[in-house]
Amino acid sequence: MWQALQDELARENFTVIAVAMDSREGDPLPWIEAAKPTYPALIDREHRLAELYGVVNVPQAIWIDESGRIVRPAEAAGAYEGFRKMNRATRELPEDAARLTTEAKTTYVNAVRDWARRGDASEHALTAEGARAHLPALTEDMATAQAMFRLGQFLLRHGEKEEGDRWLREASRRHPESWCIWRQGAGVTELGLAALPDFWERVDALGEKRYYPPVDMKGMP
Amino acid sequence: MTTVLTDTGEFEAPDAAGSDGALWLSGREAEDATGWVSKSEGICKGDICVPLPPGREQEFVRGSRLNLAALWRHLGQPAVHSDRGHVWVLAASARERSAALGSLEAPDFTLPDASGRPHSLSDYRGKKVFLVTWASW
Repeated sequence: MWQALQDELARENFTVIAVAMDSREGDPLPWIEAAKPTYPALIDREHRLAELYGVVNVPQAIWIDESGRIVRPAEAAGAYEGFRKMNRATRELPEDAARLTTEAKTTYVNAVRDWARRGDASEHALTAEGARAHLPALTEDMATAQAMFRLGQFLLRHGEKEEGDRWLREASRRHPESWCIWRQGAGVTELGLAALPDFWERVDALGEKRYYPPVDMKGMP
Repeated sequence: MTTVLTDTGEFEAPDAAGSDGALWLSGREAEDATGWVSKSEGICKGDICVPLPPGREQEFVRGSRLNLAALWRHLGQPAVHSDRGHVWVLAASARERSAALGSLEAPDFTLPDASGRPHSLSDYRGKKVFLVTWASW
């Protein structure tokens, strides 16, 4: 998905690093093999990025400059809330949702492009103060949940399914905002997907709360 | 055999005893797994020393053995374990993670690609990095 951006910006001293938040390492392989990305495509089975950066969903992205400084902390990477208006039978989006979905994606990609070319001069590059203000709020419950997630995944990998699944459920209870934890949790089908009706039920339960919290970026719907 | 999962990796501790909320490792195992060492000043890691609560030293140190679970609880860091105590996860606290992010230095990590080859974020220092998550789900 980001290959076009990589192709365009490789000469700007820029690289995409795509990380699959997939606990079953086989799961992302067919996608990676089909895409053949020229940038690193890594697999994060223990959700290390969740522990370190507060990632709770996909796609979320972090911008890091040449000196290793966080320029934009974890936020939705051009993804938009519009999918919630999808007709679940036909998978069609109403026109306004479709338009805003495209607008969100385009705005975001243009922002990445602008930063790649102009660095700190880009209006989308947050100052140190701005970046700090946009850091995710991490709680001790979240830290404990990630530890439980890691424990559960270890047990699953070593054939201890019942206890492993129990820890994943507990992890999700402890950190309900994490879609990464919930979607990798117990009750996944053989394909590794949370059953679709369960997913929609959980999304609907958000009510007015955003699935993708708003991104503070000029032009973002 | 007890497996201890920490920020730096997975450690097998053949001498460990983990039950009833305690995780006793030999001094050597504790140091290898977590960097914490028992000294006269208390339990130390690098330049930091944590004095033991007076009267409760035995909860933390017995001879050369260290109870990492007690230490983790004392420091307010998450420690979780399997039902029978054969697997422990000793994690960093949210406060520590937040402080690290607050410095705005992107925390380093090492993850494998599809061929199993490890890549660290620090390998890409000197380039702008667009670190983006996705999933097959």
